[in-house]
Amino acid sequence: MNRRLLPLTVTIALFIAMAVFGAIRYDGFLSPQVFLNLLIDNAFLCIVAVGMTFVILSGGIDLSVGAVIALTTMISASLLDAGWNPYAAMALVLVLGASFGALQGFLIQRFNLAPFLVTLAGMFLARGCCYLISTESIPIDDATYAAIAQARIPVGPGASLTIGGLIALAVVAIAMRIAHSSEFGRTVYAIGGGESSARLMGLAVDSTRIGVYLLSGACAALGGIVMTFYMLSGYSLHAVGLELDAIAAVVIGGTLLAGGVGYVAGTLFGVLILGIIQTLIAFDGSLSSWWTKIVVGALLLLFCLLQRLFEGRTPRSAQGTA
Amino acid sequence: MSSPAIVLRARDISRAFPGVQALSGVELTLRAGEVHALMGQNGAGKSTLIKVLTGVHAPDAGSIELSGLLVSPESPIHAQELGISAVHQESHLLPNLSVAENICAGRYPRRPWTRGGGIDWRETERRAAELLASLGINLDVSQLAGPLPAALQQLATVARAVSTDARVLILDEPTSSLDADEVQALFALIRRLRDKGVAILFVTHFLDQVYEICDRMTVLRNGRFVGEYACARLDAHGLIAAMVGREVAAAEKTAATDAAAGDAAAPPVLSARNISRRGQLKPMDIELKAGEVLGLAGLLGSGRTELARLLFALDARDTGDIHIDGQPAELDHPADALQAGLGFCPEDRKHSGIVADLSVRENIALALQARMGLTKFLKLSEQRQIAEKLVAALGIKAASIETPIGQLSGGNQQKAIIARWLATHPRVLILDEPTRGIDVAAKQELMNEILELARGGTAVLFISAEIDEVVRVSDRIMVLRDRAKAGELPRGADEDAVYSMIAASHQP
Amino acid sequence: MKRLTQHMLFWPAVALLLLLVASSLFNASFLALTWRDGHLYGSVIDILNRAAPLMVVSLGMTLVIAVRGLDISVGAVVAISAAVVALMIGGSFSATGEVQSAHPLWMALASALAVAAACGLWNGLLVVKAGMQPIVATLILMVAGRGIAQLLTGGQIITVYYAPFFALGNGYLLGLPVALWIAGSLWAALHLVMSRTALGLFVRSIGGNPEAARVAGVRSSAITLCVYTFCGLAAGIAGLIVSSNVKSADANNAGQLLELDAILAVTLGGTALTGGRFTLAGTVIGALIIQTLTSMIYSLGVPPEVNLVVKAALVFAVMLLQSAEFRQLAVRLARGRAT
Repeated sequence: MNRRLLPLTVTIALFIAMAVFGAIRYDGFLSPQVFLNLLIDNAFLCIVAVGMTFVILSGGIDLSVGAVIALTTMISASLLDAGWNPYAAMALVLVLGASFGALQGFLIQRFNLAPFLVTLAGMFLARGCCYLISTESIPIDDATYAAIAQARIPVGPGASLTIGGLIALAVVAIAMRIAHSSEFGRTVYAIGGGESSARLMGLAVDSTRIGVYLLSGACAALGGIVMTFYMLSGYSLHAVGLELDAIAAVVIGGTLLAGGVGYVAGTLFGVLILGIIQTLIAFDGSLSSWWTKIVVGALLLLFCLLQRLFEGRTPRSAQGTA
Repeated sequence: MSSPAIVLRARDISRAFPGVQALSGVELTLRAGEVHALMGQNGAGKSTLIKVLTGVHAPDAGSIELSGLLVSPESPIHAQELGISAVHQESHLLPNLSVAENICAGRYPRRPWTRGGGIDWRETERRAAELLASLGINLDVSQLAGPLPAALQQLATVARAVSTDARVLILDEPTSSLDADEVQALFALIRRLRDKGVAILFVTHFLDQVYEICDRMTVLRNGRFVGEYACARLDAHGLIAAMVGREVAAAEKTAATDAAAGDAAAPPVLSARNISRRGQLKPMDIELKAGEVLGLAGLLGSGRTELARLLFALDARDTGDIHIDGQPAELDHPADALQAGLGFCPEDRKHSGIVADLSVRENIALALQARMGLTKFLKLSEQRQIAEKLVAALGIKAASIETPIGQLSGGNQQKAIIARWLATHPRVLILDEPTRGIDVAAKQELMNEILELARGGTAVLFISAEIDEVVRVSDRIMVLRDRAKAGELPRGADEDAVYSMIAASHQP
Repeated sequence: MKRLTQHMLFWPAVALLLLLVASSLFNASFLALTWRDGHLYGSVIDILNRAAPLMVVSLGMTLVIAVRGLDISVGAVVAISAAVVALMIGGSFSATGEVQSAHPLWMALASALAVAAACGLWNGLLVVKAGMQPIVATLILMVAGRGIAQLLTGGQIITVYYAPFFALGNGYLLGLPVALWIAGSLWAALHLVMSRTALGLFVRSIGGNPEAARVAGVRSSAITLCVYTFCGLAAGIAGLIVSSNVKSADANNAGQLLELDAILAVTLGGTALTGGRFTLAGTVIGALIIQTLTSMIYSLGVPPEVNLVVKAALVFAVMLLQSAEFRQLAVRLARGRAT
């Protein structure tokens, strides 16, 4: 078996193990709807994590995605309140999200700034803009949104998927295609493998780097749109800490934080694993929900340590930024 | 048979950087179907010349002609388009991508939109396999590049470089990390390329490889063109003399000190037996006596710095043990070596020597303070005193001892690092290329200082590429060649003896 | 004059001064100090008091950044420390209506600090021994730490009724808030350590050039471990102040976004994120700048939400100014305009 599929295999095996564990321990765990709910409840996380995958593959990091989701929901809600056409509103926020990401990418690339800091400031900025729009939650009662939110696509006996879930799957599929078959995607991997080598090979490192942040911003905006379907409101406190969940999903999905290695499919399973942890805890009933954070942290530690072994135990020169 | 066509002709190339004239008046002539060696020690200008040829730097003066046409490469990509490809020491394959992808990166074959679009991976692998086969390289292109042995990665990198129909191929130290068999595989590839008419510029410090594969060679020294020679006409001895022969015709022979090197019966201050590190140094013994200057001579890549780093515990040794005053010493960390009375002045002061933002005073006081520990703090006044004394003694030119050391010239920085170690009054001082980048007068002062030290009882390990210096100041000379010990020479040996010892295995 | 402007603390001090001036322009009684209830009273005192926890955490963060590291888990450690101390004191009344503490106060405080220091040590071990990037290593505790804090408090906000504990966050000593005394003492202690021991020199050399420091015989690993442990300890102290101030431990919200504020305070104060030279005084000024800004925004009647946007602008500005590429561009543009 290909050595490069090892991390992905570990992730999938872990997911299956957790599913089996749940099936043995709890009745009704193995129902199709329970599994589809993993995707439905985490559709926006999935979309954002896909964008984050590209950023991390290139050796960077994006801490602003949670804030951009919240901003997207706020702007959407305000526009709908003002009478905008729902599809026009969606198009606008997508453009805004992509532009926001591209701006961050430009600053990082042009001025050689640390991605951690730039996206951290971006997070402040986006959340701040949320509060500027409104500190209260803005409900969405647009008919189209409501219809989309309620729509259910049957996937089998007694099981159905939301539009959000469908979008998430579509994003994963498109992203897999980009990562595997496009020059942009391969250049992302190349940058993660060695930026100077990639440059020497004549690859378009600069524009690709701006591109990954643009993509991440667009995914955050799309995730925000899906969240508005889910929550039917715009609220500044949506998605607080979501960026950490996205990073966790990407790492648990087998992508190296150092960049260059990983699969989009792995991120999908990473999201599902996060979802299944929550489901397991919910089914248990006796464990408090914050065990989720502890388990996620422990998994993160395990995978990071495994990654260090995978990299061959060469201590990195301590750098403060990813 | 007429001489093969000239593919590349560089004339009168000069290039300066702030503070240093890297190249002046350099000539290079490369012919089709010929392997041409570029020889010279550190600082000779080889890498600058390559950067000029590949468009990284523009020359201040001079011209480059490719098959008779004047060209000026503006970037490595442009140079590649012109037909000049280079494989640098740091040219790595992308370890996380497959060999096929590495070879075709940036020039992927595409599927037509009607068939789905995107990269055609099957065609990519086919093209890569075809290229490698045509060069006689046996490799599975679908493998990841990372786990491949360095030799195979090297071959694949060369394959990528020539896949653009290069007329000139520059190979910069391609064999540094290859073993004997792997070198032969690379040479087979080079010969194949040569037979196809490519002009190959081969930069290496391994003399036997030069004689094995190259037809002609160009020697540089201190940025100047020394000469172009046919390999058959210049033997190893002559080559070494051309590369490192002394510039100053009559150097004053410093009166070799007669001061007895301490008590002859006492055990050596530092002795290492069977010390080695895989891939860096073959097992060897070394002994240093108090009050003695042991010179370590050898060409670039002979293992001098590696030996020094092992002695000072900067790198972990694989075999061997170290004794201090006859007692075994556990040296796991430079701090241990420091406690045992060793000092190490590294070769690359920018990377391992100076802390640029700290002042001259702090840099000088650093090792002494490190030995004294965290709590026994050297008061400011003490630091000043020590620094000022040493600045005066070594003639360090600085606006004040509070100036950040990064602002000093290279030579003065070097002196400050030496001062740092002198401040610790070491029993053993290892100096790796202490005179590099220092002007002639200052070099003389430094040499005297070293002799003073030895007279005071310190054992000095003096490493230098300038063999005339080593000969002048050492009580004994240890000669290294290809990471192994070639032998030892007593005091009074002259440079020729050293050249001969190095060249011994290179006689055809 | 040139020497003055080039001093490391010049621009941060000017910025703080401008903020104070601006505040007093908007609020006539801003700089007024009165003596009330046995202590000093005024807007300035308020700012100093509120800035104290941030100062403490930022001082710890300064040293970590100076050795080219980073610790984004400090917020979580604040929450853990608050949870431990609240648990150890207990939130119960005794039968007589008099409030008891489940454990001696000193024990509760010491336990919280010990746990916090252990968190810092944990981070340090991951960075030094496991060779992880600092942001990755501390990310783990950032994620898991809040969960641990919530576990300790059972997800509830534990209210503390034990009066002697309140002194930390609410009490006054010689007219000034106790919290300020704590921050000030920590600063003074650090200053003493820097001037009386070689720690400052070692930290600056490790951050300035880790390889050169190693060659010079500095025990970089041990020092880096200590620095991370201290950062954890500082977060622990801040946790005590914060929970004392609100008389409770809220695992969810305590220390929220604190790591970002701390990093901002350190960079505003002049310490470079690339490590090496650092300034403790600058960090203190940075923390004060952030707090003064927050107070000014609040007193202006501007919605406090603007705070985040302003902080974002500050971070961008500082980052760009510290970027060599940006400065080159600025110089080129300036020259272009001059010709």
